[in-house]
Amino acid sequence: MSKKMQITLTVNGETQELLAEPRELLIYVLRERLNITGPHVGCETSHCGACTVTMDGKSVKSCTVFAAQANGAEITTIEGIGSPDSLHVLQNAFREHHGLQCGFCTPGMITRATKLLEDNPNPTEEDVRFGMAGNLCRCTGYQNIVKSVLAAATELSAAKEAAE
Amino acid sequence: MNDLSPDRDDRIANLKGLGCSRKRVEDARFTQGKGNYVDDIKMPGMLHGDFVRSPYAHARVVSINIDAAMALDGVVAVLTAKDLEPLGLHWMPTLAGDKQMVLADGKVLFQGQEVAYVVARDRYVAADAVELVEVDYEELPVIVDPFKALEPGATVLREDLEGQTSGAHGERRHPNHIFLWEEGDKAATEAVLDEAEVVAEETIYYHRTHPCPLETCGCVASMDKVNGKLTLYGTFQAPHVVRTVASLLSGIEEHNIRVVSPDIGGGFGNKVGVYPGYVCSIVASIVTGKPVKWVEDRMENLMATAFARDYWMKGRISATKEGKITGLHCHVTADHGAFDACADPTKFPAGFFHICTGSYDIPVAYVGVDGVYTNKAPGGVAYRCSFRVTEAAYFIERMIEVLAQELNMDAAELRRINFIRKDQFPYHSALGWEYDSGDYHTAWDKALTAVNYDGLRAEQAERVEAFKRGETRKLMGIGLSFFTEIVGAGPVKNCDILGMGMFDSCEIRIHPTGSATARLGTISQGQGHATTFAQILASEIGISADSITIEEGDTDTAPYGLGTYGSRSTPVAGAATALAGRKIRAKAQMIAAYLLEVHDNDVEFDVDRFVVKGAPERFKTMKEIAYAAYNQAIPGLEPGLEAVSYYDPPNMTYPFGAYICVMDLDVDTGQTEIRQVYALDDCGTRINPMVIEGQVHGGLTEAYAIAMGQEIAYDEMGNCKTGTLMDFFLPTAVETPHYTTDFTETPSPHHPIGAKGVGESPNVGGVPMFSNAVHDAFRAFGLRQSHMPHDHWRIWRIAEGLGLHG
Repeated sequence: MSKKMQITLTVNGETQELLAEPRELLIYVLRERLNITGPHVGCETSHCGACTVTMDGKSVKSCTVFAAQANGAEITTIEGIGSPDSLHVLQNAFREHHGLQCGFCTPGMITRATKLLEDNPNPTEEDVRFGMAGNLCRCTGYQNIVKSVLAAATELSAAKEAAE
Repeated sequence: MNDLSPDRDDRIANLKGLGCSRKRVEDARFTQGKGNYVDDIKMPGMLHGDFVRSPYAHARVVSINIDAAMALDGVVAVLTAKDLEPLGLHWMPTLAGDKQMVLADGKVLFQGQEVAYVVARDRYVAADAVELVEVDYEELPVIVDPFKALEPGATVLREDLEGQTSGAHGERRHPNHIFLWEEGDKAATEAVLDEAEVVAEETIYYHRTHPCPLETCGCVASMDKVNGKLTLYGTFQAPHVVRTVASLLSGIEEHNIRVVSPDIGGGFGNKVGVYPGYVCSIVASIVTGKPVKWVEDRMENLMATAFARDYWMKGRISATKEGKITGLHCHVTADHGAFDACADPTKFPAGFFHICTGSYDIPVAYVGVDGVYTNKAPGGVAYRCSFRVTEAAYFIERMIEVLAQELNMDAAELRRINFIRKDQFPYHSALGWEYDSGDYHTAWDKALTAVNYDGLRAEQAERVEAFKRGETRKLMGIGLSFFTEIVGAGPVKNCDILGMGMFDSCEIRIHPTGSATARLGTISQGQGHATTFAQILASEIGISADSITIEEGDTDTAPYGLGTYGSRSTPVAGAATALAGRKIRAKAQMIAAYLLEVHDNDVEFDVDRFVVKGAPERFKTMKEIAYAAYNQAIPGLEPGLEAVSYYDPPNMTYPFGAYICVMDLDVDTGQTEIRQVYALDDCGTRINPMVIEGQVHGGLTEAYAIAMGQEIAYDEMGNCKTGTLMDFFLPTAVETPHYTTDFTETPSPHHPIGAKGVGESPNVGGVPMFSNAVHDAFRAFGLRQSHMPHDHWRIWRIAEGLGLHG
């Protein structure tokens, strides 16, 4: 174990300063130190995506990012995506289209989908399937997840058009 | 009451009861990251446990030195078998009547076996300490092949059983033999086979795999030494059974143990058993007086907890020249790994494998299953199926295809002429089951029509011709599967887990202002019980599902139940829920009659109220009745409106389905593309069509994974080659097929609402469907049997073996 490092993160809009060992993973800093338990640990090898967060505008698997690498970064987790009074379109869409069952993959799925739709507001089904391929689900068979993301895309685009 | 006014329709709609696609109440917390899974639980002073595991599949443990680990700052304890022995906890009983080492007692029997348990301040320190524990091993010969394990003179794996010629399930004929379990008439079956016009013989292997829920197994044990109470949070599919086992093992009285299953991130059978991690965490909490958390990582999950399948099934099926099946003989060599820890009802060491006559009227049959020890992980859980039913369905659905080939017949037609007919239900199978209800011909015809089966066969024949002419390198397979499941264990007279009868329960409290709380002995792991059980109840008691809270998983509050696995929640706890609801309704009827000043028999239930017969304008709503139950002294009635029901099902339920897929397959690369999947399920009365469809999608995807690539594989040294998600196939959204679902509805005659259960059907029917498609693609070239998983390499190898690479 080596000396702890001073790390500053902006998580869901709040600045957090903490001391972490260089080997500490971002997912554990979020979950154990900051009590942000929306992102989950499913594999610790970057395969399942349950730990997905947005870091400086990119989707990352926080189980294979050191907290030290995230120093100075802006991080958004599922907790920063909507609030009980004002859910994100994707959060509603997942419920409406039955895009979840046990819920364990859902925070990572929705977090990833926010970024996917930011990068590609009008995706095809193939785009969604490819763009979500880093997030595994064992319950739904993806069909309703894809449906949820496509429905959210349509709704977000319509809202954007109406605003313009 | 035949009031069909719009008002009545509205009242029915407001209930959100049976048959409506009610949106799930669970989703609000899951979509906002507010689920509460076991690893989210934090308690003051909580310590973390981690295991030292064996790198060898078979070795003697010469010595364990914990000094360096104990010297590390932050390490609180290191437990070995020596520490557990005085408590009698170095071994524990398994669900299958065997025993299993909690921590290595003198030797290890599989790679990844638990050797020592480190308790430390945080999980990083615990992991560091694991590295510092020095274990000296002396390697022993390894057996990974169950047939070699039974050879004369084979290395004895379980020395602790040496000299024991019988076990929990009868005679052991070899030191590595666990049991021979038989059902049916062997002599009569062999006589029929000997005389038969046509006999097809094949060995079908259903490979070892793993349920691999996205959340691994874990627990937090917290011993409160002041009050003498143990609280155990964990990923338990059967929390009450865990409480009973914890009490029996620890000696703590059951009322002083509280077991809580919080949100569970998928189970699929992985979370039924009791694992060494739970035992060690409880001991560590008792020893340290602090809460102790243990959560396994993915590699530990795949290597050590709960494999599934691993059945070598040797079958013989006989028929007349016209294709009428006359007999079925099956012998299974079942690889149980190092300890027999299969999760089956006590009397069924091979689960319900003897449902293997499937959906067919087979007059005589015999099954024999030999359980065998090898140097592999223990488990043998029902991975999204009811106790070995998926093995049985795969076996019979492959044998049907092999027989069709032998007869040179169409496999769809062969199924049709052998289905149990609608008028034969309740049907008594040759292997002892009573099928409750079914209409197989209707379902099959609907499925064949939906996919344009004849058109597909014509297209396939053209493709074969084009292939032979060298115009394409792709073949086309049509995967057929017609399955019958057996779920809802079970009648208490036959089925128990560690002596606990497999009933289930529901307790309902109607609150004064007309809402309700119901608690069940089951526990959802994604099935959506909080949504669907409220729907059952809404239709029974006339209170909107939105005003009913369903609670499960806390043994301090929920009535005793046997938990959720084997698709038993709806057949058993769902029935308990309906019957508890009917008790509420019976009392409500008396209250209504009193309030309306008529005789009990002069009122009748109508949607959400009791009305006076013949005078629908005179009524009392359930809300009014609930209030009256608490604020009026009603002669002859106790105050309050509560009920509890413990339901012992008279029989299992038998869901069935017809699945068909179309696959294109490249003979040069072995790559496959699933063009179409059609899945028709008949699960009896449908509670929530949206939830059913979701479960079918999920089960089909797990079936696709198992059939097409997922396996737990070992090398000759007993090294597990598939310990991460890099090697263990979980399909992504890209390769997962698109599904079309359909249904017929044949209610169960013995279930209070006619429901049968559905969550596991798509896995049971899906695996043979995908596997049969691969075989069907090569049928024209003479392929009889090729074992799963059908990954690209194995498919390429089939083509190579058939000389299709030129």
